[in-house]
This record gives sequence, structure tokens and C-alpha cells, in this order.
Amino acid sequence: METLIIILAGVLVTVATYLILSKGVLRVILGTAILSHAAHLLLMTMGGLKKGGVPVIGEGNGIYTDALPQALILTSIVISFAVTAFLLVLAYRTYQENELSQLARGLKDE
Amino acid sequence: MNNILVLPMVIPLLAGIILIFLRSHVHLQRWISFAAMSVVAGLSIYILELIQMNGILRLDFGNWQPPFGILFVGDSFSMLLVLTASVVTGICLLYAFQSIGEAREKMFFYPFVLFMVAGVNGSFLTGDLFNLYVCFEVMLLASYALITLGGTKPQFKESIKYVVINVVSSWLFLVAIAYLYGAVGTLNMAHLSARIAEAGQTPLLTVISILFLLVFGLKAGLLLYFWLPGSYSVPPTAVAALFGALLTKVGIYAIFRMFTLLFYHEPQITHTLIGVMAGITMIGGSLGAVAYKDIRQIVSYNVVIAVGFILVGLAVATPIAVEGSIYYLIHDMIVKAVLFLLAGTMVALTGTAKIDRMSGLIRNYPLLGWLFFIVMLALAGIPPLSGFIGKVLVGQGAAGGGNYVLLALALLSSIFVLYSLLKIFKNCFWGETIISEDEQIPVKKSLLIPCVILTAISIGLGLGAEVLAAYVKDAANTLMNPNVYVEAILGKGIGQ
Repeated sequence: METLIIILAGVLVTVATYLILSKGVLRVILGTAILSHAAHLLLMTMGGLKKGGVPVIGEGNGIYTDALPQALILTSIVISFAVTAFLLVLAYRTYQENELSQLARGLKDE
Repeated sequence: MNNILVLPMVIPLLAGIILIFLRSHVHLQRWISFAAMSVVAGLSIYILELIQMNGILRLDFGNWQPPFGILFVGDSFSMLLVLTASVVTGICLLYAFQSIGEAREKMFFYPFVLFMVAGVNGSFLTGDLFNLYVCFEVMLLASYALITLGGTKPQFKESIKYVVINVVSSWLFLVAIAYLYGAVGTLNMAHLSARIAEAGQTPLLTVISILFLLVFGLKAGLLLYFWLPGSYSVPPTAVAALFGALLTKVGIYAIFRMFTLLFYHEPQITHTLIGVMAGITMIGGSLGAVAYKDIRQIVSYNVVIAVGFILVGLAVATPIAVEGSIYYLIHDMIVKAVLFLLAGTMVALTGTAKIDRMSGLIRNYPLLGWLFFIVMLALAGIPPLSGFIGKVLVGQGAAGGGNYVLLALALLSSIFVLYSLLKIFKNCFWGETIISEDEQIPVKKSLLIPCVILTAISIGLGLGAEVLAAYVKDAANTLMNPNVYVEAILGKGIGQ
């Protein structure tokens, strides 16, 4: 199971790297979003995907999955959400300010 | 009792939150933000004394014992940096009062600065890897806002690059944390150190350590500094000074922690790599500093050179070289701040950043000129000033360790620093006066006062290095003997 998820994360990283190296600013931002998905999947996998109950006391029968990576991922999701929101607004403002420059040209070239 | 340790992070945070509600009261915002930084500076001196008396302090949040909860750790190294960061921020704020402009002040400038300092202080104090990541993000998010605040075209252009680079490096940080957690199964730094020492640093752990080196190299501008000169030359002067003084230094701090506390078992791989990266950084920074005619670019490349220089001390990794690095780190935070402030003042007074369009400024602004001269000498490491002792100790360490290539590069880079700044001084301050007496824009006294204070601190650091010596020795001792740190956190017996 771990191998499968690691390969999946690898595919996500490949896609994200390709997107970040492209011309359009929007594609770059999409790339960063996919990159954070890959990191979160990886965190989940490195904590181990052993079978066990959900980490809620009372559920399962004494064996739980590791709760720490889930807390880390939750923290990291909100952080990357905030950064992505900021980056999107930044791209929009840049587009407004330098009309039809970087962003538009990048999209037209494709 | 150790609750005092959390205050350097909590005071700026609380003050920042309060200032959000005082948006239109600019004067109140100024005083509260300055007061917050002064209190933090005072407190950190007190904490430094406490550490001298009682050894390393730690604060377990919520009374969870170390490997399980998050914690703050105060040792001499982190407290020295907290103190310097607070002092520099306070003085940069004094400059910002006069220069930043009411439009920016009303758009939450002071809260953002305070949040950034909270992130910086948190990064210095935390004893947990993921908490370090969070503090980095606190600092970076505030810096994203500060670099774009005001919204001029060049700011937008550079800030997109800056944000994307930092998103990528934060991603790498997260991946490195995931690998380390998968390999060792803990996030507490002391516990990590103990477990890595137990397992012996396997090749897998060495790979992870190199990943960390890349992450913090991106943040600190070690070898991967291509984003730095652009981003540091667009924001307003006070912000650029804060960036130049604080942001890269947090990356340097993290590299020091990582490679003295956790990954110190394979120095022939990791420390050699750090040495190579530091060498190339100094070469690249020197070339950049010499190549440009834009004051702000030259100053930004000087930040790069200093990063390389400080890490020479870590690459050599003898107690004396590490001590030199600590001295130089403290000196560099202060002097880079004043250098950015002076360069910004010159740009503001002449309306251009090109050095061949300025001339003879010393006739119009003698104080500015002499301040620049002193700062230049301090940066180059001329004896009575603050850069000297750090350079001597790092050089001594490199010579003692037989690292003659690094030693030569470190000394040559000092010459390039001197040359690049002397070029500014000669072109801008000497020569024919272009600005006539009646066209001259009077320089506000309140803009020069912060520069004078910082320069005075720098001279004081040079003349009174003895005062710092005890703290720096203790800091270097903790860095060189990770057991001291591990035992302070986990108790005796575990940290063998």
C-alpha cells in the first residue's frame, strides 16, 4: 500500500514540477497547490498506513493509526491554503497592474 | 517559572493583534510597536542572565514531558539572536516612523512587522522540528505581506518570484520532516538527536540531512541565492533593512542547529558539502557585489557574501570557528540593517539608485557620508569595529582546521566587500557636488538617528567584545557539545 501511495506522490511531484516551470502564472500556482497535495500524501504515508481504528478513543479495539501525521497534515493544509489564497490575489493584482503582460502572454503562448 | 521564555514570541504577537484594532490611530500604533520591541529586548537580556546562572532553560507547553509535547528551549545562542533581532527591529521601526508613509501605516504595516518578529523569535526558540516549520511560515507570510505592501509594479513582479520560491522551499521542508519522521519516529529536536546518535547516522539519514541543507540553503541564500538580490531591492527601505537583517539569518540559525545538534556524525560528507556551498556563495556574492552599479543590488549581494562567510565557521566546525561565526552573525544582523538604511536614505535623497548619477554627497550630507564610511569599515572587518573579531576567529579556526581554500576565499571575500562598498563611497560621496545648496533636500534628523544608534551599537560591539564573550563562549559550547542540549531537555542518562 505504501509503495502505491509513494508512486502516486511521485507522479504528483512530477506534474507539479512541470507546471511550476511553465510560463503562465496560473499554471505555476496550480503547480504549487499540487505540490502541497504531494507533501501531505507523503506525510501520511511516512507515518505508516498500518490498519487500525480511527484515532478516536472508544473506537476500534485498542489499535489506532498514528495520530501525529494527521495533526501535522491538518496544520500544513491550512498554511498552504493561506499561502495559495495570497498567491492567487497577488497574481490577480499583478495582472491588473501590468495589464496584459506576464499572465496574459503566458496564457496566450500555450 | 520558565514561562518567561514564551514572551519574546507572545508579546509581538499580542501587540500585533491589538494593533489590528487600532488601524487609524497611527501614533498609538507607532508607540505600541516600539514599546513591544523594547520590552522584548529587555526581557531577552534578563533571560540571557538566567541562562548564564541556571543553564539551558526549557518550557514545556501544557506540562507534557519533552518528547511528547512541544517546547521552547532557550540557550545562549538562541537568546543572543532573539536579543539582536529585537534591537534591530526596534531601531528599524524608528526609521519606519519617518519614512514608510501614512498610507502603508494604515494598511497594517506595524502588525505585519510584529508578526514577522514573532515568527523569527519563535524559530530561534523552538525545540521542535514541526514547530520550527510553523514559525517559519508565520515569519514568511508576514514577509509576503510586507514585500507587496504598497503595491508598486516592481514590488509585484519580484514578490511573485519570492512567494513561489518560498512555497517550494517550504514544501521541501515538509517533505524532509516527513522523511525524518518516517525514519526516526519523533519530531522533538533533542529526542531526534539522541535517536540519531543511537542509530548512528545511516546513509538514509545523511540524505535527509542534505535535504534539510537544501531547504535552509534556499531560505538563507546559501548557494541558492538567485531569488535574493531581486526581492531585497524592491520593498521600502525599512522593510528591506528588516529582511536583510533577519530573514536569511533565521535560515543560518536553522542550519547551525541542524548540523550541530542532529546531523554531526558524518562531517566528511555534510560539513564538506556546507564548505563547498559556502565557498561558491562567497564567490558568487563577490562577483555580484562588484558587477552592479545599483546601490540596492550591491547591498543585497553583500548579504549573500556574509551568509557564505558565516557558514565557513560551521564547515570548519572547531569551537573557535563556531564562536567566530556567532560573533559575526550578531555583528552582521546589526550592520546589514544600518547598511540597508543608509543605502535607502541615499536613494531617497538623490532619487536614483545608480551610483554613477550621484556625486559629492559628502558636501551636502557629511554625517550620512561618515556613517557610511564607518559601516563600510565595520563590514570589511577593520580592527576596532565589530566585524573584526568574528573574522579573526573564523580565520583562525579555518587555519587551525587546515581548510586553507576556505580561509583564502573568506579573506578574499572581505576584500570584495570593501571594494564594492568603497566603490559606492568613492562614486557617491566624493567628487564634484552635483546638488547645489538650494536644491538640496534636507535630510531629516529622525532618519539619521536610527542609523547613528545602530552604528554606535556596532562600534560598541567591536570595542566591548569582552562583554559578549561569556555568552558567546557558552553558546559555542552548547553547539559543539550536543549532549549538553539533549541532557537539558531529556534529563541525564538518555543523552549519551
